[in-house]
Amino acid sequence: MKNPEASIPATHPSPYFVRFDIEGLKRLIETLKQEGYEVLGPTVRDGAIVIEPIESVSQLPCGVGDEQSGGRYRLTQRSDRSRFGYAVGPTSWKRFLFPPNRLLWRATQHERGFSVETPPVDSQRRAFVGVRGCDLAAIRIQDRVFCGGANPDPDYVSRRKQTFIVAVECGSPVQTCFCTSMGTGPAIGDGFDIRLTEIPDGENPYYLGLAGSEYGAQLLSQIDAIQVNESEFAERNAILASAAAQITRHLDPDHARAVILENPEHSRWDEVASRCLTCGNCTQVCPTCFCSTVDDVTDLTTGVAERSRRWDSCFTMEHSHVHGGAVRRSPRSRYRQWLSHKLGSWWEQFGTAGCSGCGRCIVWCPVGIDLTEEVAYLATKRDAPPEDAP
Amino acid sequence: MAAAKPKLAVWKFASCDGCQLTLLDCEDELLSLTHHIHIANFLEASREVVPGPYDLSLVEGSITTNHDAERIQKIRQSSRFLVTIGACATSGGIQALKNYADTDEFIRYVYASPGYIKTLSTSTPISSHVTVDYELRGCPISKTQLLEVINAFLTKRRPAIPDQSVCMDCKAKGTVCVMVSKGTACLGPITHSGCGALCPSYDRGCFGCYGPQGSANTTGLSARLKSVGLTDDQLVRVFRTFNAAAPAFHDAGLAHERQNETN
Repeated sequence: MKNPEASIPATHPSPYFVRFDIEGLKRLIETLKQEGYEVLGPTVRDGAIVIEPIESVSQLPCGVGDEQSGGRYRLTQRSDRSRFGYAVGPTSWKRFLFPPNRLLWRATQHERGFSVETPPVDSQRRAFVGVRGCDLAAIRIQDRVFCGGANPDPDYVSRRKQTFIVAVECGSPVQTCFCTSMGTGPAIGDGFDIRLTEIPDGENPYYLGLAGSEYGAQLLSQIDAIQVNESEFAERNAILASAAAQITRHLDPDHARAVILENPEHSRWDEVASRCLTCGNCTQVCPTCFCSTVDDVTDLTTGVAERSRRWDSCFTMEHSHVHGGAVRRSPRSRYRQWLSHKLGSWWEQFGTAGCSGCGRCIVWCPVGIDLTEEVAYLATKRDAPPEDAP
Repeated sequence: MAAAKPKLAVWKFASCDGCQLTLLDCEDELLSLTHHIHIANFLEASREVVPGPYDLSLVEGSITTNHDAERIQKIRQSSRFLVTIGACATSGGIQALKNYADTDEFIRYVYASPGYIKTLSTSTPISSHVTVDYELRGCPISKTQLLEVINAFLTKRRPAIPDQSVCMDCKAKGTVCVMVSKGTACLGPITHSGCGALCPSYDRGCFGCYGPQGSANTTGLSARLKSVGLTDDQLVRVFRTFNAAAPAFHDAGLAHERQNETN
């Protein structure tokens, strides 16, 4: 899980490490559109920075910041004209790789029998503009889930192959962030086509763009840009060091894994269940949660039957419904399931933690339940020793 | 010989008719539906009444009189499947506010000659009187979900209607949470989905029209709502609306009423 390269700055100035201004960013977005990409990026809607299709650089938030804490999110005004001066918002990129609803197949009744058609996998080219280190790590985690194993998800695989990633290093973390603990940010080491670092510089922010793929280098070469010099490189490193220093929330993934798996009967699970609304928000905003369910519907009037997939959550009672009823009936068992999987058994299943340290589950929990706080509590106050303890 | 079309009946108890109207509102689907089902009893649509038994009965409204308490028994006996439609039939409706008040006093205020009024002191859901095969939530119900229930029962499958919070719909739609981003009081986390997260989509908090979701933690939400400024008195009213008598909301309403009295 830990990405050692994330903390190592790109070695030195190179022809693929260039500086450009907002006009260059504008040109990059235009080029991507000309190349047939649907460009998705951050934009302000309904009091939050969401990720949506954007037509031009003018739709990016300008001079907008944010304040985030448990169960609370507010936009703020920055003193500069940064386009990326905020932390991750409620939307994660998973909705474009693993959409909330998808038709799996449709069967149509005929005079004799029926026929089944499967919709083609999605092949739209999409450019993700503004992917943070934590979210890049989250995409990697979902890649293991959907592209690995014996049964890769063909739609995810197709969408992923068509995705062009413009990552943006984070200079403005909020107090719910803990990417430094998970080794996922704020600096970005690899996994992008183009990596940008925004240098706010008052009215005129500028960007340091590094190519991470041949195609990324090709697009960067079409921008009116100059090679990054030593002082700009130092500026980038200072911004990232300052961002890292602002992150005070902490979670040790190895320790968390052990603590959670060792304490399945801790009374803290009851305590957290008394606050948990079992609404499922944490799982829906989580960039790695991948659970889905299928609905089968039939229509008497048309003779058509459909099976579709939609996002599900381990917090719904139906998620664990098997013959005879739900397995996880108590909210306690559902919260425990989520956290134990996310930070514990995910390792056995996929070889990493299921958490990228983005902090969305803390912010978008209506009652502000904080997984780092829960883990810390489980770790320090062991009131129920394991049964086989001497 | 072609099999006889299944017979559908629609019944009204204490209600505003809005849920029955939802069936009439299925303008594009209703005619083609009648090729596959026989609408045998639906007084809002037709005076023609075909006697039972019925394959599927849709029941709107709550039980508020002795006469209705007897009538629902007969309907159950003549129905193969009985499905309640809407908050009244499923939880007692807005009229269940009488459960928390003096009915005689209500009658004296409303009617010039109260002597003609015979009513029970409570409004109760259909499931308090007979076995119910499925409860469709909402005030009013969703047209799409109604068609889904009819299709499901007539093809003997489970309706694809999830028991989950309104939040799940907000997140699937990409609606920004009004509680987290604006501090707006919202019942979404504890409310059953089905409306398509209508109010939050228009920047309002959820009013709980679909009643409590399967595992509604009202105490947990109340603590949060108090932190955004709601008092116990206000919380009583938050829980006592269209689904006041649904068990989770009923308990929460009573708890805040008691708390308010001790304050």
